[in-house]
Amino acid sequence: MKCVIAGGNVKVLGRAVHSLSRIGDELYLEPTEKGLSLRAVNSSRSAFASFLFAPLFFQLYEPGGPAPDTEHFRCKVHMKSFLGVFRSLPSLEKSVGKCLILLKHRASRLVLQLHCKYGVTKTHNLAFQECERLQAVFDTQSCSSRLCAPARVLADAVVHFPPTLAEVTLGTGPGGKISLRNYVEDEAELSKTMVTELWLAEDEFQSVTVSPGSRITFCLKEFRGLLTFAEASNLLLTIHFDEPGRPVVFTLDDTVLEVHLVLATLSDLESSSLPPPTNGVSHLPTPADDFADDLESYMVALESSACEGASGGPPSPTFPLRTPRTAQSDPEEQEEEEDEDGAVPGTPPHKKFRSLFFGSVLTPGGPGLAPTQEVLAEDSDGEC
Amino acid sequence: MAGQAEGRQCLAKRLASTFPGKGERKGGVINTISKLTKTCTLRLTVCKLYFILSDKVANGGASMWCELCQGNFFDEFQMEGVAAEHNEIYLELVPENLSRALKTAHSAKAVKIKLTNKHCPCLRVAVELPSLSSSSRIVTHDIPVGVIPRRIWNDFREPTMPDFDVSIYLPVLKIMKSVVERMKNLSNFIVIEANLSGEMNLKIETDLVSVTTHFKDLGNPPWASEEGCQSSAQGRNLESMAEACIDIKKLQQLLAGQQVNPTKALCNIVSKRIVHFILLHEDVSLQYFIPALA
Repeated sequence: MKCVIAGGNVKVLGRAVHSLSRIGDELYLEPTEKGLSLRAVNSSRSAFASFLFAPLFFQLYEPGGPAPDTEHFRCKVHMKSFLGVFRSLPSLEKSVGKCLILLKHRASRLVLQLHCKYGVTKTHNLAFQECERLQAVFDTQSCSSRLCAPARVLADAVVHFPPTLAEVTLGTGPGGKISLRNYVEDEAELSKTMVTELWLAEDEFQSVTVSPGSRITFCLKEFRGLLTFAEASNLLLTIHFDEPGRPVVFTLDDTVLEVHLVLATLSDLESSSLPPPTNGVSHLPTPADDFADDLESYMVALESSACEGASGGPPSPTFPLRTPRTAQSDPEEQEEEEDEDGAVPGTPPHKKFRSLFFGSVLTPGGPGLAPTQEVLAEDSDGEC
Repeated sequence: MAGQAEGRQCLAKRLASTFPGKGERKGGVINTISKLTKTCTLRLTVCKLYFILSDKVANGGASMWCELCQGNFFDEFQMEGVAAEHNEIYLELVPENLSRALKTAHSAKAVKIKLTNKHCPCLRVAVELPSLSSSSRIVTHDIPVGVIPRRIWNDFREPTMPDFDVSIYLPVLKIMKSVVERMKNLSNFIVIEANLSGEMNLKIETDLVSVTTHFKDLGNPPWASEEGCQSSAQGRNLESMAEACIDIKKLQQLLAGQQVNPTKALCNIVSKRIVHFILLHEDVSLQYFIPALA
């Protein structure tokens, strides 16, 4: 494989690598006819990202030589090593004119060569490992809800949440409004944790197709990496989601670039034995348009709906009351760590997101639990 | 329990305040306080707001009293306390939460703060932000607070001005901050000494090194001889230094939180006992007491 990236695209590649570095420790490279694909997955298999750079993105693109029938070459490298080459984005922009990526089979090295100003050439030789194809199974067509907005809208929304926040819940409300709220795990914490919620109007999005009342909770940290990339590239971000438990897919589309980020979502197990929480989220009237008195009436409405809830208003479980047993353990998750299903208190959040989508079969209409024979997930390293 | 009943009563009354465009300054004060302590008490009266930290062992004996006039920050302020003769509300909260909630308030069209009780008492901060769409974006932050029952309100009385030995204006805080920050790397304790001739020294001493920074011509505040509060200082040798050895981290936290130069900044030293810092901004006064270590 040999490819050359020139000019401003070097920085785009750098940003993509930064974004991928927020996901996992290894960068997977797969050169195909359609372009060069860079992918990453996190250790608990609950997040997967892929950047596909079309041949047009490159000044020169030679995916390299296998006969048409043979499989393409695939490898993975340490994320840190690859990221190190692109670490400083400002200096990439200022001094790098061209970037050459070359695979040297005989020497078992992936060569990254930066051609910089003043005739300086920096050559990095990275060790790689051949590997199986890394591919998450997802189908954006089958998602019942889709939101499309300029990345900036979402970046502006996410800024209200603390940088350390793990999970956020995206929901739809009446009037087509979209809400974002930080997710608090269990009720005991509710009385100690600050809860932030914001509503986005439908007209801030380019398109909204949602089933009302739908709500998903996903990891914010991994999403932020993509959001930074999207904002810098000024692209439209599309969010495809379905019911809680099914993965949420974020996509960015461009003429020369296709980006996917797939995150597992918390499955929403409703326990009928316990009374619904009285945070009244589902009763929330959305803030009306003209503000002057409406902030007041909005807040009054919040109060009264909360009071209703307290006196046993229509039950509507909003958030799972206790740490949910996340999805049924998929039989095909052979490579999954032996995580306890019943949530262990203090388990870091991302472990509770089971990676449903590696290996789950999304045959249309199927129950989705039939074990797949084809292991679409990771290589045979036996890691994890 | 009587205390709880009182607490609930004052929650039923509401505190509502809106302050467009003034959120920024309040945010500044709260930001400072959030750097000093993890939790503190907010006392609300009809005219003023107080942020109080009483000198419990958990704070390392440091205490704080910060006072601001609600009229300078809020366009509208309604409050009803527990009872007519105790028209006050005391809340325990984490200032960092409030600081975070107000962070985006400087670009807000309006901010509203309300005390509510959903599943637990909360300060609800609603911020209305401009947005590209036809309607504004509203962000709400629910900050859990604890209501402090009236029977322990006495724990939070204003500290009295100590009978100080020396009172002196502080050097430019930015400079003091960078000096203290560097000293913090070398030692856990710092000695502040000052005299009535406008001289102040900051000293640290370890086995390997001792460092002293000298400031002069700082000026001494002219405390009018009211109620003999200057009794220790009167007749004192102008050159003689009063000193106290304090935890350097506390001093560093106090200085780190100052983003804007105060109108007046001074400290009162009671030799070997306590250092009392007073920082005055236009509409906020902050007092911070750091006890001397043995």
